[in-house]
Amino acid sequence: MTTKPTPRVRVPAKAAAGELIEIKTLISHEMESGQRKDAQGKTIPRKIINKFSASFNGKPVFSADWHPAISANPYQSFFFKATESGEFTFVWKDDDGSEYSSKNKLTVG
Amino acid sequence: MPSQIAGLTRRSTLTAGALAAFASLLAPRLAFADEKTVMAEIKKLYGDKPMAEGKIKLDVPEIAENGLVVPVNVEVESPMTEADYVKAVHIYADGNPQPGIVSYSFTPACGKASAATRMRLAQTQNIVCVAEMSNGALHMAKANVKVTIGGCGG
Repeated sequence: MTTKPTPRVRVPAKAAAGELIEIKTLISHEMESGQRKDAQGKTIPRKIINKFSASFNGKPVFSADWHPAISANPYQSFFFKATESGEFTFVWKDDDGSEYSSKNKLTVG
Repeated sequence: MPSQIAGLTRRSTLTAGALAAFASLLAPRLAFADEKTVMAEIKKLYGDKPMAEGKIKLDVPEIAENGLVVPVNVEVESPMTEADYVKAVHIYADGNPQPGIVSYSFTPACGKASAATRMRLAQTQNIVCVAEMSNGALHMAKANVKVTIGGCGG
């Protein structure tokens, strides 16, 4: 049932200088809330992605601390003001210590 | 009207309801957050600082048919410059087992203090949003979401 979480990110490849772009991200993950019980009545332990962060050319842009109330296969969108070309790094941190990441290039001009 | 919805007959629904009512007499009630716990969470972060209204556009559906996936979109009015930007936005729910939903941190590089995600809601409840500006000012907004089918699973 558990598959390796795969991030999917949508960033426009090109933007004009000063343009406001929307970045949409999605990652496959069950986001087990720690509230559910299995068929034997035992609580299923919590396992969620607790932090998402985005940086551009190494500088932090945006981050989100997710609580168990975030839906499975968490979606996150936010904005970025394009000023120069570079590369985004998106990182998702799992409760079990794993990290999933994605890198996306943006060309400005 | 067919009485069968997704494998649930009227009888099984009634039995389940009766069992649940009985079980609730025996077991301690599942603890849910309430308005007080949400306020306590906010107090932990910001103490008793006054909260202003306005500036926040909290976009949630009035009625959510499926509590498992409820879109939540927040936008805070701000020029997003080095001198004046939105530092953080926290979203809480007062009827979930735990009050926290998400905490965002923005930087001037965002250009616009807006973010969207999807949340789980256990029942009809209020969504509370607090925004912290770079000068320390706090803003608050509230919205009610009616949930048809709760999203916490049993």
